[in-house]
Amino acid sequence: MNETASNSFNIRKVIAASSVGTMIEWYDFYIFGMLSTTISAQFFPKGNPTAALLSTLAIFAAGFIVRPFGALVFGRLGDIIGRKYTFLLTLILMGGSTFLIGCVPSYESIGIAAPLLVLLLRLLQGLALGGEYGGAATYVAEHAPANKRGYYTSWIQTTATLGLFVALGVILLVKSNMPDARFNAEWGGWRYPFWISILLVGISIYIRLKMKESPMFSKLKAEGNTSVNPIKESFRHKGNFKMVLLALFGAVMGQGVIWYTGQFYAQNFLETKCFIGFEQSRTIMLWAIAFATPFFVFWGWLSDKIGRKWIMLMGMLLAIVTYRPIFNTFLKETNVVEWQKNNSVQPGVPKIVEDAIKSDRLVTTTTRVTLSNGSSFTEIKTDTAFSNPGQPAHQPHSTYKDKHLSPGTYWKFVALVFLLIVYVTMVYGPIAAFLVEMFPTKIRYTSMSLPYHIGNGVFGGLVPFIGLLLTTSFPADPLVGLWYPIGIAALCLLIGTIYLTNKIDKNVDD
Amino acid sequence: MNKIKRALGIIWLLLAPAVIYFLVDRAILHIDPAGKKDINNPVIWVIIIGIFTPIAIGLVIFGWYAFRGAYDHLPTKSDELDT
Repeated sequence: MNETASNSFNIRKVIAASSVGTMIEWYDFYIFGMLSTTISAQFFPKGNPTAALLSTLAIFAAGFIVRPFGALVFGRLGDIIGRKYTFLLTLILMGGSTFLIGCVPSYESIGIAAPLLVLLLRLLQGLALGGEYGGAATYVAEHAPANKRGYYTSWIQTTATLGLFVALGVILLVKSNMPDARFNAEWGGWRYPFWISILLVGISIYIRLKMKESPMFSKLKAEGNTSVNPIKESFRHKGNFKMVLLALFGAVMGQGVIWYTGQFYAQNFLETKCFIGFEQSRTIMLWAIAFATPFFVFWGWLSDKIGRKWIMLMGMLLAIVTYRPIFNTFLKETNVVEWQKNNSVQPGVPKIVEDAIKSDRLVTTTTRVTLSNGSSFTEIKTDTAFSNPGQPAHQPHSTYKDKHLSPGTYWKFVALVFLLIVYVTMVYGPIAAFLVEMFPTKIRYTSMSLPYHIGNGVFGGLVPFIGLLLTTSFPADPLVGLWYPIGIAALCLLIGTIYLTNKIDKNVDD
Repeated sequence: MNKIKRALGIIWLLLAPAVIYFLVDRAILHIDPAGKKDINNPVIWVIIIGIFTPIAIGLVIFGWYAFRGAYDHLPTKSDELDT
């Protein structure tokens, strides 16, 4: 085998070993969020204030506080002892915590110890995730030739989305193979995705153990030039700290909100605002992710040719301009009143439930309605039957759920979600190379990890909460929640346009 | 371009305290022990304001650096970052 072919084979091994591990870490982190309803029922029962507090901490603290903290802890380790062993450690920590979450008995069995254990394990997950990405991106970038750094590191960038894809797929597969009662039971199917993790992590640890340390870090270590105190050098030297701030406010902050809006807010919007059924809302995401994922690699490759800056900023601009029209289309196309105007209606057999309220009766009529274009929905009509016939009549109240889209609308939604994820690929594909090139080898892991996890964990993670805050403050506009990602992306676009350079740093070996 | 970079520095300086003021104001408005939504939960507000305060301080420092011309020239070599 000649040298070029051997190098090419080695870099493929480096990318595969790093990407698989990072993808598994994302999978581990996501399944907790996706199964949060079942997990809440098992570990955080309603009505218990202590359990409710622990639940809040598990959901919010893991993303907002522990992830950036993990970036500092493992970033420091990675700059002192090396990339390879640090991101091996984060993988073991993440895999072990995930597996153990699947083994914790429920609140009914062991009481308050159950939510306490789950909280502890969830915090360990956040800590591990905070340390993983910087290590994997740095490790790959430090193996890559200067003219292919964007292309090679973009494979690492696919992992967050692929982790979501695998998590969605595994949960869908398990759920579709058993009745809901079995899935949600104490030792039911919801635990399988957690148990599967140990197998995936085992394989990844085996692969990563066979890898060598990054050549740049090895050289630095051999010369005795590694950093003694990476945190101090990263954040107390003005020259470096100003670049950390620029990375955060000029690139990662906007990337974080676009990443979260495209992948999570969109899915939540389809389920809770458009009321599309469980299976269709998930398969829409799965198709869109499958079609859009190759674009991470495309933008990474293109960034090696034309620079990173304008690709990322263009992704932000497109998101700013099109978010509201896209989400407005989701709302308009799932309006069942419009569906019924344009199609013939075949109502199913109504199921009527009557509840006595004092002397009156609350009548709930549930009907599955099918339309001629293949769409269907469940209509829940509530009406009050007054015992006093003289009581003035009023309009019954109707709500709609479990909407099933017609094939045409379904694929239109896939295309729109695909667009949202293409924006994610534009801002996210080149960013690892961009961050790696900003910082020197000896403090790279620490310096790039913190802004990345503040951008994604804090700015991105706040998308649903600020969305809810805005919706509560301005209830007349169902799309008002989008102003948060739009505003942050616009601010980041402005800062990035004015302060960032598009120059590719060819020499990161310093 | 450097003049714009410096002038905008003042905006970043002012934006940070405005964000914190907005968050504290919204927290006071929405925290409600009887409420059931996330938005009524004081713990979440404490976490969010707690994590956003150092970020806002970072934005103030970013604005100050920009105002003082620290971004007029971006480093091209790692030696320049050691200062």
